[in-house]
Amino acid sequence: MNALSLRNLRKTYNNGFVALKGIDLDVEAGDFFALLGPNGAGKSTAIGIISSLINSTSGSVSIFGHDLRHEREKAKSCIGLVPQEVNFNQFDTVKSILLNQAGYYGTPRKLALQRTEYCLKQMDLWDKRDTVSRRLSGGMKRRVMIARALVHAPKLLILDEPTAGVDIEIRRSMWQMMQEINQQGTTIILTTHYLEEAESLCRNIAIINHGRIVENSDMASLLARLHVEHFVLDLARPIAVAPVIEGCQIERVTDKTLNVAVPKEHGLNKLFSQLTAQNIEVISLKNKTNRLEQLFMDLIDSNPTGDKR
Amino acid sequence: MNYSIAFRTIVIKEIFRFIRIWPQTLLPPAITTALYFLIFGKLIGDRIGTISGASYMDYIVPGIILMSVISHSYANVVSSFYSTKFQRNIEELLVAPIPNWVILGGYVSGGIIRGLLVGVVVALISLLFADIKVNNIAITLSIAVLTATVFALAGFINAILAESFDDISIIPNFVLTPLSYLGGVFYSVDMLPGVWQSISMGNPILYMINAFRYGLIGVTDIDIQLSFIITGGFIVTLTLFSLYLLHKGIGIKN
Repeated sequence: MNALSLRNLRKTYNNGFVALKGIDLDVEAGDFFALLGPNGAGKSTAIGIISSLINSTSGSVSIFGHDLRHEREKAKSCIGLVPQEVNFNQFDTVKSILLNQAGYYGTPRKLALQRTEYCLKQMDLWDKRDTVSRRLSGGMKRRVMIARALVHAPKLLILDEPTAGVDIEIRRSMWQMMQEINQQGTTIILTTHYLEEAESLCRNIAIINHGRIVENSDMASLLARLHVEHFVLDLARPIAVAPVIEGCQIERVTDKTLNVAVPKEHGLNKLFSQLTAQNIEVISLKNKTNRLEQLFMDLIDSNPTGDKR
Repeated sequence: MNYSIAFRTIVIKEIFRFIRIWPQTLLPPAITTALYFLIFGKLIGDRIGTISGASYMDYIVPGIILMSVISHSYANVVSSFYSTKFQRNIEELLVAPIPNWVILGGYVSGGIIRGLLVGVVVALISLLFADIKVNNIAITLSIAVLTATVFALAGFINAILAESFDDISIIPNFVLTPLSYLGGVFYSVDMLPGVWQSISMGNPILYMINAFRYGLIGVTDIDIQLSFIITGGFIVTLTLFSLYLLHKGIGIKN
């Protein structure tokens, strides 16, 4: 069963800007799905329509088989939304934010209290339950929004750039949380600008650009399309000029650092042998860019108008 | 889905909100109206005499109570719902499976409760200055509830259409306050010259205050049935308009 189905979804704003030009998208139940795109591509509009914050111009949205237009309440009760920006009442305590949210979804008080305790403990916020939310740190506020989105046990969790602006440590712990939530059976749709995040968490991916879906496949297939990988090599000894190796592009960044573009068929073993033959010793290697980032840029650059491929 | 839980959640949230900030919501009307009773009712009123057989103090008590109900039922909804919009926690309600009528009902109920609570506070203060024997409890309570409903709905519409904090103060300052003062709180409409009497008849607050005054002290310038019809008409019209705005997402959705 599909957790989400979009059919020919269009949105034209009052100022005439066409944000969505008829997108079709299916997300399977249980999936961890990435919805990516550059700023202004239409991601937030799509998520706004799915979560009833924006009215669509035409097209349909179906959530676990419930049409958002005709079975509005049933469809909405399946969704939990973690928005980009903090949008809870900053004068409320953490606990009351979750209890109110549970109440909006018709959860009886006793169950709401149990769910609130469970979600706050899961997000490591139980100690902060009576704290007024504006006194929390940025990372804690993000976790409150995730806990709030989970308190009514949604089947579909939409995370709109949940880790934007949080430090690496918190980001890593949030990734772990998201994976645990997904493993417990909740379908997750993630939008993010950290492509490393999408690559490591998501199984399927759609890329949206200029209001159209320009790519929709599973992550493994998409990454397999990457023909050239870029690496940064740190050298043991300084070199005066960049070595020449057939098939690879090599750029000397400093006397002990090289940028290397290696085609997949060339392989790293062959590269290292060729460098060794030229008396160049490599002491460490790292990816210059995230692999998905490279593909993402290729797709966006090769499709500046968002035409379907 | 059980909408009564969602409704109750909104109402309780609203009650906690105005109780939490009681120095802003419940205390000022007590002080302001005590001054009204002292200055207009006692010091000046003693020199005015009676109106329609009632002492001036007794005459102004119902108007001042209802004026407080009007301003606070309006203020509660307009400030609460606009803040909800401004802080974007309106999104919590829009994403949740709550029908528009439950959202409207919850906020309006919060406004009615605050309006009536302030009305009770002002009525208790008035007992220090006047000895009011309620003429008709059913009319008194029903017109108070209906009036609070009208202005809670009006506050809701104002909040939906407002785009800045200035927009939520324009109506109370430039429309609501003048209409309340010109709605016969301090005088009988019969005391006005002909043209002004006719113009006053276009002021809906005049009908509400007179019906409430009749309920409390048995004195009115207006037909009571007409007061209920006009008040009911406003409730139906404003409810339908509010639901239309919510349905279209005007002022709350992109």
